[in-house]
Amino acid sequence: MSTARPPEMSWLVGSGLTRYGRHEGRNTLDLMTEAGALALADAGLARPDMDGLLCGYSTTMPHLMLATVFAEHFGLHPRYAHTMQMGGATGLGLVMLAQQLVRSGAAKRILVVAGENRMTGQSRDSVVQVLAQVGHPVYEVPLGASIPAYYGLVASRYMHAFGNSERDFAALAVLMRAHASRHEGAQFRTPITEDEVLASRPIATPLKLLDCCATADGACAVVVSADPTGANAVRIVGAAQHHNAQHISAMDDLTALGAGACTARALQAAGRSLADVEYAGIYDSFTITLTMLLEEIGLAPRGRAGARAREGRFGRDGAVPLNLHGGLLSYGHCGVAGAMAHLAEAHLQMTGRAGERQATRAGMALLHADGGVLSSHVSVVLEQA
Amino acid sequence: MNQPMQQEGRLQYQRCGGCGHVWYFQRDFCPACGHAPPQTLAAEGAGTLHASTLVHRAPSEEFKSLVPYSIVLVELREGFRVMGHAEPGLALDTPVRCEMRAIAGRLLPYFVKDPDAA
Repeated sequence: MSTARPPEMSWLVGSGLTRYGRHEGRNTLDLMTEAGALALADAGLARPDMDGLLCGYSTTMPHLMLATVFAEHFGLHPRYAHTMQMGGATGLGLVMLAQQLVRSGAAKRILVVAGENRMTGQSRDSVVQVLAQVGHPVYEVPLGASIPAYYGLVASRYMHAFGNSERDFAALAVLMRAHASRHEGAQFRTPITEDEVLASRPIATPLKLLDCCATADGACAVVVSADPTGANAVRIVGAAQHHNAQHISAMDDLTALGAGACTARALQAAGRSLADVEYAGIYDSFTITLTMLLEEIGLAPRGRAGARAREGRFGRDGAVPLNLHGGLLSYGHCGVAGAMAHLAEAHLQMTGRAGERQATRAGMALLHADGGVLSSHVSVVLEQA
Repeated sequence: MNQPMQQEGRLQYQRCGGCGHVWYFQRDFCPACGHAPPQTLAAEGAGTLHASTLVHRAPSEEFKSLVPYSIVLVELREGFRVMGHAEPGLALDTPVRCEMRAIAGRLLPYFVKDPDAA
């Protein structure tokens, strides 16, 4: 009988990211396949090496058993596989689960993959309608509230509490676009100014078009392993979750999300503190999302995220480079894979392969994502091997 | 159990006879302590504006003709929070009152500035 103990460590050993934007004629499985193949190649692994598969949901392919369908299509025979649904927090939730599975010995090499043709697979109105279901079906959705409206509500309260201005939000949209201009896979690469953000058409005040991420097609995958196989391994050293009420009508405090406590627990698990963070990948579905997360986590003081962005703190050469691929706001947002692109970029940065986007130091990365309307939170901490 | 949000023109909320917890989304037990059944009560309708947004892009066909419209969160005096429509342009923390109004074919909470508030 084997007495082998499960490994203490888990490793992110490969990543694969498609271009985000329009992929006419390609469906969920096509896009997941492209990212999955890229991640395996990056890890130096082949399909038979994989014994676990974790997938994110797809709104254009809402199958009961997407992971099993993908395993069949892609050619995997995992001993552990299923799909997770946690909105925008799903990608990091999958990585946290993969870490736990590897540590428990349930699987040794897990492909984590998500993707969908959210842009071309359905009409924009149908996307808006599907996503509005994040709201309460009785008490919120029938009011004609949309996801931007939910975030607009939160933004109004946050500005009232901490004095952020619309121009401060705009500074973050400008920063994400500047970062995306250096990534050929990004959906939006033309630099913008704060004035252009402020002049873009209103969606749900105070949020304007350029405060909101758009919809894209695309996919992203990573490989989580029990050993540092291949040339591109980084350690997964901490992970944590926090869950609020799903609906903002039921949220106790619109300005206290639990994101700060969540990242603190992930950092504690890693034996690290916020001061050690050298690279940040933070969810940015809207400029208000990024503002609130940066400020609650403590990467910027309350009310100062926009000012810190202008001062260069979050740039490639700043103290805490942030979303150097351009984030959801400019690299693009295709559902679960949206926030996984933050992870793929962190992986490239930590392994020194980000080309002209390369930060000077990226030894320790903090990632944080939320799902719903700031409802579910996941933090992950990565460290160079 | 998903009951209508209003009865005879007044917003409904629930209160636990066991622990005193107050909430809006109806259910047949207290989400704080599990006690059942809770009391279902009618709110006075007075509160303060907690958050607001003016929606310019409607999420569905039935709301397209109404844009821009104001969606708000109101902190009711009884101690629960409600999402509703409102007259545009109200500042946060303004005292407001709830009227039920027919909007896009449904009777929905609509908040106006409270004329009785100081």
